[in-house]
Amino acid sequence: MSPAATDTLRLPATPIRSAVPAIYVPAELARLREICAGIAAKGGRLAALWGSDERDRNQGFGLHLALVLDQSLTWLAVPLPADSPEYPDLADVFPCAGRMQRAAHDLLGLRTATGDRRPWLRHAAWPADVFPLRREFGIQNWYGTTIEDYPFVTVAGDGVHEIPVGPVHAGTIEPGHFRFSIVGEKVLRLEERLGYKHKAIEKRFEGRALLAAADLAGRISGDSTVAYAWAYAMAVEGIAGATPPVRALWLRAAALERERVANHLGDLGALGNDGGLAFGLAQFMRLKEDVLRLNAKLFGHRYLMDYVIPGGVARNIGRHGCDELAAQCEVLAHEVGVLKDIYDDHAGLQDRFLTCGQLEPALAKQLGVVGLAARASGQPFDARVKPAFEPYDRLEVRIGVQSAGDVAARVTVRFDELFESLRLLQAIAERLPLGEVSAPPSPISGPGRGLGWVEGWRGEVLIAIESDDGVIRRCHAHDPSWQNWPALEHAIIGNIVPDFPLINKSFNLSYSGHDL
Amino acid sequence: MLKLLKQIAITGIKTEAAPRPDPGLRVAEQRLREEVLALFGGSLAIRHVDAGSCNGCELEINMLNNPYYNVERLGIKFVASPRHADLLLVTGPVSRNMETALKRTYDAVPEPKLVVAVGDCGCTGGVFGESYASCGRVANVIPVDVAVPGCPPTPTALVQGILAAITARGRG
Repeated sequence: MSPAATDTLRLPATPIRSAVPAIYVPAELARLREICAGIAAKGGRLAALWGSDERDRNQGFGLHLALVLDQSLTWLAVPLPADSPEYPDLADVFPCAGRMQRAAHDLLGLRTATGDRRPWLRHAAWPADVFPLRREFGIQNWYGTTIEDYPFVTVAGDGVHEIPVGPVHAGTIEPGHFRFSIVGEKVLRLEERLGYKHKAIEKRFEGRALLAAADLAGRISGDSTVAYAWAYAMAVEGIAGATPPVRALWLRAAALERERVANHLGDLGALGNDGGLAFGLAQFMRLKEDVLRLNAKLFGHRYLMDYVIPGGVARNIGRHGCDELAAQCEVLAHEVGVLKDIYDDHAGLQDRFLTCGQLEPALAKQLGVVGLAARASGQPFDARVKPAFEPYDRLEVRIGVQSAGDVAARVTVRFDELFESLRLLQAIAERLPLGEVSAPPSPISGPGRGLGWVEGWRGEVLIAIESDDGVIRRCHAHDPSWQNWPALEHAIIGNIVPDFPLINKSFNLSYSGHDL
Repeated sequence: MLKLLKQIAITGIKTEAAPRPDPGLRVAEQRLREEVLALFGGSLAIRHVDAGSCNGCELEINMLNNPYYNVERLGIKFVASPRHADLLLVTGPVSRNMETALKRTYDAVPEPKLVVAVGDCGCTGGVFGESYASCGRVANVIPVDVAVPGCPPTPTALVQGILAAITARGRG
């Protein structure tokens, strides 16, 4: 329980049983804006916003906000009337709320009274007056795909023209649309259009058994499968009142840090490549492959999918495995050190990295940016440091913070985090507590509410679940990319078009995790 | 620069022996005659399309170019436009929001063209299946020659599938 949050809200709060500090606060619609403004004034931020259909309980609809104050979570639940589920726009208080509000409308019909009300996740696969997450909507309903025009904001002026990019991009990356308004090579404005990968994940969760849906959670964003599976398991274990064995928690941390290492290695290579140094890609991808191969050998999967399960982890790692983990960390620390020297000394590369795609700290704070992008723009938070969910409370994570907010800063943060993850992995390999690796939760009865919150390599992943007798009633999954995609639109302003791939890669945001 | 050259020398050649094609991954008869396949002449241009995956398959497709698998030495290269491509490598499930884009990309590939569906989702719809937002497997939207299962399939399996697509029936 966070005294700071309850003081601010002056509202009755119920603690949520979770590995992270969290409270549940029901509030009247009339007080919504006041509460949000109060949290924002104290330096708090919006972690997620979603809706729910409660009409089967005669409670209309629900608007839910996950607010973070002092790295402690508040789940704010606001009932909305069934006949007119409308609420005031919050995007002026929390700019990142804008797209989440539009998604809540597309999926549930919850509508803001004012503000940007263009569709977001709904393209044309279902009609504007049909809402897939409403209870009467069957997941198999299909209306025939059509094409609808999307009203992009246009920029007018002498010599201004547009470059449309995507949804199918020129590399091996996910689909999305970027609309650049440019003069010459200079970008005046970028507008993203996402939602291409929307594949009914949240609807799929509904009706599934809590203990059997971890596979779906682990496939929300494949590059963050450990972060999602852990956040999901954390939420389920909270509902079940179960605590996984301590060895399982340490092994989860090992998996999460290896996920971070693999992604940072891949992205550092790709950043070198985008900066014109193909050597970097070849070298870092080689190291990433080494990590994936040891993952397959020790954890049973190259990307660690299905390793974290409610109640623990899927397999144990013995003494010999720990030695292998530690030995690989040592090799990697040396190799990455050599490559960092080469990157640092490479004038051509540094010329591309420095001052490119700057996101000022003040803007990062205003936009509610999270994760490594936030830490490269002077925002020093990381859920592994605070609230330091177990076992991170025993590992004392040291995070690197930069303030320049450019590609170079994001590269530096990635190097710092890579070295730190290798240190953590060595500590885990040395100090891994003895015991079981799984304690399956017993069957769950009655209503449940759970929250999971995990610092993945990209940023904080959040899972919020409401359940009935062990069956999922509503599961909302939130990717850090929701906060960071809008920041990319700002970081590109004033840069030239050819620098976009580099800037984009320095954030490397998830489309799948965002589109759900 | 000296450090860079030294690192290249120390690293040496990491490339491993290439896998053989796996004809078992075929889901359709070879449509192309042997003469046409010969025309690809050991040079195959691939356009990857992510039609709605979780991005796990993309991670492995990206690994195809790492020094261990090094598919370019097999004459396989990834191209930026479907108009330059011989083969589409499609990950799924195909979301409804990507259905039109996938069909247009397929139409933009010149004949003769091949399609390899990637991953459990590309092969069957996977954990996402068919729904208001998902068309399911790739074959529900465009014709598929080879389907490579796996979640995600390993780079080796991907190479086996790609090679199967350009191998004549009964060979391989």
